[in-house]
Amino acid sequence: MSPKKRRRLWFAAALVVAGAGGAALVITALKDNVLYFYSPSDIQAKHVPEHVAFRIGGLVAKGSVKRGPGTEVRFTVTDGRRNVPVEFDGVLPDLFREGQGVVASGDLENGGVFRASEVLAKHDERYMPPEVVDALKRAGRWKEGAGS
Amino acid sequence: MTGEIGQLALCLALALAVVQAMAGLIGARPNGNHVAAIARSSALGLFVFVALAMGALIYGFVTSDFSIADVQQNSATMKPLLYRLTGAWGNHEGSMVLWVLVLSVYSAFIAVAQRGGMRMTSAALGVQGLLAIAFLLFILLTSDPFVRLDPPPFEGNGLNPLLQDPGLAFHPPMLYAGYVGLSAAFAYAAAGLITGEADARWARAARPFMLAAWIALTVGITGGSWWAYYTLGWGGFWFWDPVENASLMPWLVATALLHSALATERTGAFRVWTLLLSIIGFSLSLVGTFLVRSGVLTSVHSFANDPRRGFFILIILCAAIGSALTLFAWRAQKVEGGTAFHPVSREMALLLNNVLLTAAAAIVFLGTIYPLALDALTGHKISVGPPYFATTFAPVAVALLILVPFGPRLAWRRGNLREAIRVLAPALGVAAIVGVVAFAIASPRSLAGAGALALAAWLIGASLLDAWRRTRERSFSWSAAASALAHAGLGLTLMGIAGTTVWRAEATEVLAPGSTMHLSGYALRLRDVVATQGPNYFASRADIDVSRGGKSIATLQPEKRSYPAEGQARAETAIRTTGLSDLYVALGDERDRGAWVIRAYVNPLAPFIWFGGAIMALGGLASLAGRLRVYFAKTASAYAAAE
Repeated sequence: MSPKKRRRLWFAAALVVAGAGGAALVITALKDNVLYFYSPSDIQAKHVPEHVAFRIGGLVAKGSVKRGPGTEVRFTVTDGRRNVPVEFDGVLPDLFREGQGVVASGDLENGGVFRASEVLAKHDERYMPPEVVDALKRAGRWKEGAGS
Repeated sequence: MTGEIGQLALCLALALAVVQAMAGLIGARPNGNHVAAIARSSALGLFVFVALAMGALIYGFVTSDFSIADVQQNSATMKPLLYRLTGAWGNHEGSMVLWVLVLSVYSAFIAVAQRGGMRMTSAALGVQGLLAIAFLLFILLTSDPFVRLDPPPFEGNGLNPLLQDPGLAFHPPMLYAGYVGLSAAFAYAAAGLITGEADARWARAARPFMLAAWIALTVGITGGSWWAYYTLGWGGFWFWDPVENASLMPWLVATALLHSALATERTGAFRVWTLLLSIIGFSLSLVGTFLVRSGVLTSVHSFANDPRRGFFILIILCAAIGSALTLFAWRAQKVEGGTAFHPVSREMALLLNNVLLTAAAAIVFLGTIYPLALDALTGHKISVGPPYFATTFAPVAVALLILVPFGPRLAWRRGNLREAIRVLAPALGVAAIVGVVAFAIASPRSLAGAGALALAAWLIGASLLDAWRRTRERSFSWSAAASALAHAGLGLTLMGIAGTTVWRAEATEVLAPGSTMHLSGYALRLRDVVATQGPNYFASRADIDVSRGGKSIATLQPEKRSYPAEGQARAETAIRTTGLSDLYVALGDERDRGAWVIRAYVNPLAPFIWFGGAIMALGGLASLAGRLRVYFAKTASAYAAAE
C-alpha cells in the first residue's frame, strides 16, 4: 500500500468513526427531547403517566381562568369532551384568552392536574394551532371555518 | 385602477420570465450571444414590471384601498403610515410579490454585471427565469394580491399587532434578500454545470452573489432575533422555533459555501463540492419558504393555511431540487478535480470548516423536519425541544470555533502549524486568563459559561493578532479584514449568548402601586399604571422607577397595548441597556386591587449578540468591497483601453 493510499484509508476511517459517533449522539438527543402532543381526550384514553413531560392543547374553557395567589394562574383546557385542569406560575402570553386555542408544555402531577412550565399562544386569533384544530376535529367539536 | 395595473404588471412579468428562461438557456450555447442579449434585456424588463406590481400593492395599502381583498384583510385606516407601508409585505400575498421582486433584482444584477462571460451569464439568467416563472405562477394561481371586493367594505381587519413594529420594515426584505440571493448562487452553479466551465473563474463570478446573500441573511437573522427579544417579552433571543431554524439552515450552508468558494477561486480546490453546496443552500431556502408559507407551522410568520399553497410550493421545491441534482449527477463528473494539498494547509482548514458547518446544518434540519415527517407518516404529534439543539448543536459549534483562528494563519497548499500556533499563542494566553477569571469571579459559578467566554476571547484575540501581524507585514488586504471582522463578530456574539444564557437573572412578581421588587442589585418601584393611547391602540403603561444602591437611575415604561381594529393585544417591553448588560422589564396582566404582574430580567452581555452579528455582516461587506474595487478597476481600465 502506498503512503498516499494509506493516508486516504486513515482519513476515510476517521470520517466513518466521526460520522457514526455524531449520528449516535444526534439520535440519542432526539429520542430524549421529543415532546408528544395530547388532547384532553388523549390523556384519558392513552393513560398518559404522571411526571412525564408532554404538550397539551385545546381551548381555554370559558370562565375557568382563576388568577392568584401571586403569579399563579389556574385554568381548564378542553376539547369539548374532556377537561384537564392546568396550573401555571408565570406570565401568560398576550394572546391568551378564554375560549381561544392554547398549547402548554409540562407534565401531569398527582391528581391529574397539568403543571405547565410554558404556555404558548403565539398565534393570532384568526389562526388556530394545527394541533388544536386536529384535537377538536377528533372530538367532533370543530366546525369548518370556525377558526378562520 | 391601481389594482388592475398591478395585476397586468404581474402577467407581463410572467411573459417576460418565459422569454428570459428560454433566451437564457438557448443563449448559453456557444455562439449564442445574440440570444443571450435578449435574456439580459428581459431580466431588466422583469424587474421593472415586478417593481410596478409591488408599487401598485404598496399604493393600495398606503391609500387604504379596501376594494382590494388583500388590503382589506391586512390593513386599517387607523394604522400609522409606516405600518400601512410595511403591511404590504406583512401578509402572505404581498410577501410573495416581495420574494419575486428580490429575485428579479438579482436577475437584473446578473444581467448588468455579466460575470463569468456571456455564456455563463446567459445560463444563469435562464435558470433565474425558470424560478421566476414558477413563483409568478404561484402568485397568480394561488395567492393573487389584487383580488377585488365588491362592494368594498368601509374598514379593514388590520395587521397582527406583533408585526406593527419598525423592525418589520427591514426584517422581511433583508431575509428575502438572503434567501433569494442564494438563488443567484444556485443559478450560477447550474450555469457552471450546463456550460462545463465550473472552474476558479466560475467561483470568482459567483462569489459576490454568495457574499451578498450571506450578508443579507446575517443582517436578517440578527434583526429577527433582536425583534423577538424586545417584542415577545420573554427576554430570550433564540427559541429554536422551526421558523427560526428555517433561516438558520441556509445561513449555515451559505457560510460553508463562502469558505469553500474561497478555496475554489484561489486554487481550484473543492469545485464539485462548491457546486453541490450552492444547490443545497438554495434548496434549504426553498424548504424554509415551504415551512413558513405552507401553514404546516404555527407562528407569527404563517399568515394563512391554504393547503393548495403548500402543495404548490412543494411541487416547485421538488422540481427545482430534483432537476438541479439530476443536472449535478449528469454533469459533475465533467468538472475537473482540483490540485492536491497537504493535510496542514488552508484548504484542510476550509474542509474542516465545511464538514462541521454542514453537520450543524444537518442537525438543525433533522430536528426541524422530524416532527413534520413523523406527523405525516404516523399521525403522532410531537415537538423537538431546545435541549435537543443545545446538546447536539453546541459540541459541533465548539469544535468549529476552536479551529476557526487557525484557518487564516495557514498558507494555501501547504501550511506551517507550528508557526501558526506560535503566532496565536498570545490569544491562547488571553483566552486562558479570561476563562480562569470568569470561572473564579462570575456568580453563579459555571464551567460552560467560563469556557464559552474563553472561546470568545480566543476568537476575538486571534482576529486582532491576525490583523496586526498582516498590517506589520504590509499584507493586510480587504479579504484579511473580512475574515478578521467576521471571526471577531462571531466571538462577540458568542460572548452575548454565554452571558445571557448562563448569567441571566429573572424575577416575576405581583406589584401594587408604590411597592418595590429587587433583582441583581436593582430596585424596581412601581409608581403607577396609567391608561394611555396611541394612533390605533389603547395601552396601560407602567411607570417603574429604577434605582441602584439608593440612587435613582431611570424610569422604565413597559406597556400592554390592545388594538381594537384587530381585537388583539401585545406587550411593549422596556429595556435599559448599559451596553454591557440589559435591564429588561415587561408588563403582565392586571391582578386584584390594581396590582400588576411585572417580569424583569437582567441579561448580562446581551447587546453583544446583535453587535456581533453586525460586525460579522461588516466582515462580509469588507470582502464584497474588495471585490467591487477590483471590478471597478478592471472596468475603468477596459474603458481606458477602448479609448
